[in-house]
Amino acid sequence: MNTLIYTSILGLLCMVVEIFDFRKILVPMIILGLATIFYINIEDWNHVQFFYNNMLRADNYSVAFSGLAIVISAFVFVLSSDFYKDDSKHISDYLAILVFVLCGALIMFSFWNMAMLFLGIEILSISLYIMAGSKRFDVRSNEAGFKYFLMGSFASGFLLFGIALIYGATRSFHLANIAAYVAAGNISPIFYVGMTMMLVAMLFKVAAVPFHFWSPDVYEGAPALVTTLMSTLVKIAAFGAFYRLFYVCFLDTLGSINLILAIVTAATIILGNLTALSQINFKRLLAYSGISHAGYLLLALISMKGGTANAIFYYSSGYAIATIGAFAVAILVFKAMKNENIDAFNGLGKKNPLLAAALTMSMLSLAGIPPFAGFLGKYYIFSEAIKNGQIALTFIAVLNSIIGVYYYFKVILAMYTKPADETEVSGNVSYYVIISVCLLLSVLLGIFPGVLMHLF
Amino acid sequence: MKEVATNYVPQNWYLLLSTFLFCVGIMGVLFRRNAIIIMMCIELMLNSVNLLLVAFSAYSGNSDGQVFVFFIMVVAAAEVAVGLALLVSIYRNVASTDINVLNKLKW
Repeated sequence: MNTLIYTSILGLLCMVVEIFDFRKILVPMIILGLATIFYINIEDWNHVQFFYNNMLRADNYSVAFSGLAIVISAFVFVLSSDFYKDDSKHISDYLAILVFVLCGALIMFSFWNMAMLFLGIEILSISLYIMAGSKRFDVRSNEAGFKYFLMGSFASGFLLFGIALIYGATRSFHLANIAAYVAAGNISPIFYVGMTMMLVAMLFKVAAVPFHFWSPDVYEGAPALVTTLMSTLVKIAAFGAFYRLFYVCFLDTLGSINLILAIVTAATIILGNLTALSQINFKRLLAYSGISHAGYLLLALISMKGGTANAIFYYSSGYAIATIGAFAVAILVFKAMKNENIDAFNGLGKKNPLLAAALTMSMLSLAGIPPFAGFLGKYYIFSEAIKNGQIALTFIAVLNSIIGVYYYFKVILAMYTKPADETEVSGNVSYYVIISVCLLLSVLLGIFPGVLMHLF
Repeated sequence: MKEVATNYVPQNWYLLLSTFLFCVGIMGVLFRRNAIIIMMCIELMLNSVNLLLVAFSAYSGNSDGQVFVFFIMVVAAAEVAVGLALLVSIYRNVASTDINVLNKLKW
């Protein structure tokens, strides 16, 4: 698990940099470090290895998701140099904490012991509590950080109680031992209660519908760059851990909670899309769109068959790339217009056609329109679901993805049909690099899905 | 040690006690309005889990659970440090620890 060690060292280095005042080269250093870590991570491909007394297991699943997480955070770090330009005194602290978010995500993809699942989730969450509240003099940011803290630690309580009950039933924290206990039959009722509590905690973390209330508030209040990371990396990390936990441990007992999962999935897809229709704040819109995307991912997760991991990986890659592209444009617009509502985008098509085109393509990818990755992701998830007999849920999902097109087009219409004002919107080269890389990847993944489709 | 525990107190009593404490914690989080009390209730939830883990561990003679308790203590301490820091910055801005003042973000 060298990936994890090197990422932690990178985070510590970021803090040391402050002492020697190397802040100018901080971002290039992190990007270089992440590129190295990405390479080291890929080296583990096709070797199943255990680390730290079987606490972590590196397999193709964890390597693929870790690679995705590293790429996503590299994109965010490229944007960060300009985003924190006015606050360069604290940039090394911010970036160090963001690297630790990545550490937490890496643990969540490769855990093989409940202790590691808990530590991974906590490392990721505690870092994010700080980052969400990092605009200290802005009450909204404070509120976002504190709400996230309360909801997150509440959910951790459920997770821990679930882990404790499962420990009581199985006498072990090891995923392999728990799986063996489940396979042996004769499951105690305590185990089911524990499993349900863990399910509740994971649904909290992915912001699925009865537990989604924190996500729009936190997304709106947090600084835009942190929101970018939260809506991509954190959501994917939560899903990666969710799938790994349930696929390895609870596969044979899933029948008992299938109905709950189906209801939660349907509610997440429907409520996420319907509430997004009436949003006027762009971050809040993307938060609800993220909730509905979590619903589609839950639809893939609910059937838990062999091809599901591929569908989840492909879908989350497409979603993450499109979301980063959209946020990169949005950060520039927010900064120029001093306004985070959808009407900040009015007339962007005349003011800066390039950015408007980029945002349009990201929105089309999120809405699931070919030839972008978002379309094929949805297609794979729906076809997996139909293969596994989830006809009714798939019907709901298809219907709702049509509703979804409406609110994505609201942004596109604002850019091209509303009158423009005089404020100029432009940014430095790092934004254009990220935006074009995201668009390129989005189109390439849409045209050549095979690259990521048959990994596992 | 193990024998004493099994002779006098059945394991289920620990389960009931920690479930009760956990529910008290949940109720506190849901119904109290003071941020510091809410944080205390979250601590209560985590500590009820500690009690449960230690009880299970003692009755089964497997020490994993007791080690896990240390993980939870460390993480809970880190979490409270961050939570209090956030609370201090809120207090500086709005001069209150009542969570009803946190109403800038909705719908």
